[in-house]
Amino acid sequence: MTSEELKIKLTAFFQTATFGESGEWLNMNIAAANLPATTNILRHDPVLNFDYLFCQTCVDFKTHLTMVYHLTSTGHRLPLVLKVQLDRNNPEIETVSQTWKTAEFHEREIYEMFGVNFLNHPDLRLLILPDGWEGRNPMRKDFEDPINMIKL
Amino acid sequence: MNVDITKYNDSSQNLPSVRRTPDSFGVGRGAFQSSSALAFPGEVHHTPGGGVLVSKLDDVINWARSNSLWPLVFGTSCCAIEMMSTAGAKYDWSRFGFEVARATPRQADVIIIAGTIVNKMAPVLKRLYDQMADPKYVIAMGACATSGGPFFYNTYSVVKGADHVIPVDVYIAGCPPRPEALLHSLITLQEKIKSGMTREQIKTAKPEQRF
Repeated sequence: MTSEELKIKLTAFFQTATFGESGEWLNMNIAAANLPATTNILRHDPVLNFDYLFCQTCVDFKTHLTMVYHLTSTGHRLPLVLKVQLDRNNPEIETVSQTWKTAEFHEREIYEMFGVNFLNHPDLRLLILPDGWEGRNPMRKDFEDPINMIKL
Repeated sequence: MNVDITKYNDSSQNLPSVRRTPDSFGVGRGAFQSSSALAFPGEVHHTPGGGVLVSKLDDVINWARSNSLWPLVFGTSCCAIEMMSTAGAKYDWSRFGFEVARATPRQADVIIIAGTIVNKMAPVLKRLYDQMADPKYVIAMGACATSGGPFFYNTYSVVKGADHVIPVDVYIAGCPPRPEALLHSLITLQEKIKSGMTREQIKTAKPEQRF
């Protein structure tokens, strides 16, 4: 399968998704509500077979948050970037840890760093931040820490 | 102390007081030129029955301590790679008595803070330092350990200098410092130990007394 064939196949599967190729890899933007169904097909379809989530992160665009999933397959080796836009004031999204087990830790980190609430996550608690850390998310652009931070 | 043993072969003369000059130690002009790292702090007097060695016990102790410093295996980021390189065959810090890197603070004499200290690591560093047996020495290697370095501004998690947590004897600039710089700092530490002076004494010492 080539990347063109992959795009044709993805377009057939996900009619509501939009595609972008601004970067090195194929981008697919979907709505948060469609995430569980989308990931289920991406993972379990025998041709798509995206069995490897090699990066999961979040970006703070100040107006909104964007979840980013980097997927690839050990079969066809074609990468796909899945992007989901979230409401910045109430970021909520379904977990993908049932589909890709590795997401369990990634989502814990995104939870503490960006404050994204992952629904149905089996163990959503702080990963790296010390115990007793109260609700502030250091990777948000408007994060302030008057005690520790020295502003340039 | 930089004592030329051959100078005191004539035992008939009075024991001279050895004046420490800035030149007798290599600080500031390349430590490798200094012979003080090898010089034994004492005077040999040849007598018919054999040689007699005259020295001060404190000087001998400091000399012994300075030539067998066991570093703690402690590296928190990329400076540790340079530290490993310094330990390796090419730079080989065992030439100066540092080769016995210990994985436990109980057996270590010097802790080389090789890397960034974050707020979460600070209590661990403090505990390691507290567990080391006296006398113990600290080298802050690189910009992070000295001041927070590239993480000085706009960070919530990095300690702005390891000296907020434990006292530091020698600081090295660099990000990361080259192995030569680490070797220089190790030799500087040896000379500090040989001088037998405390931090306060060094601060109040006249320029010619400084090591």
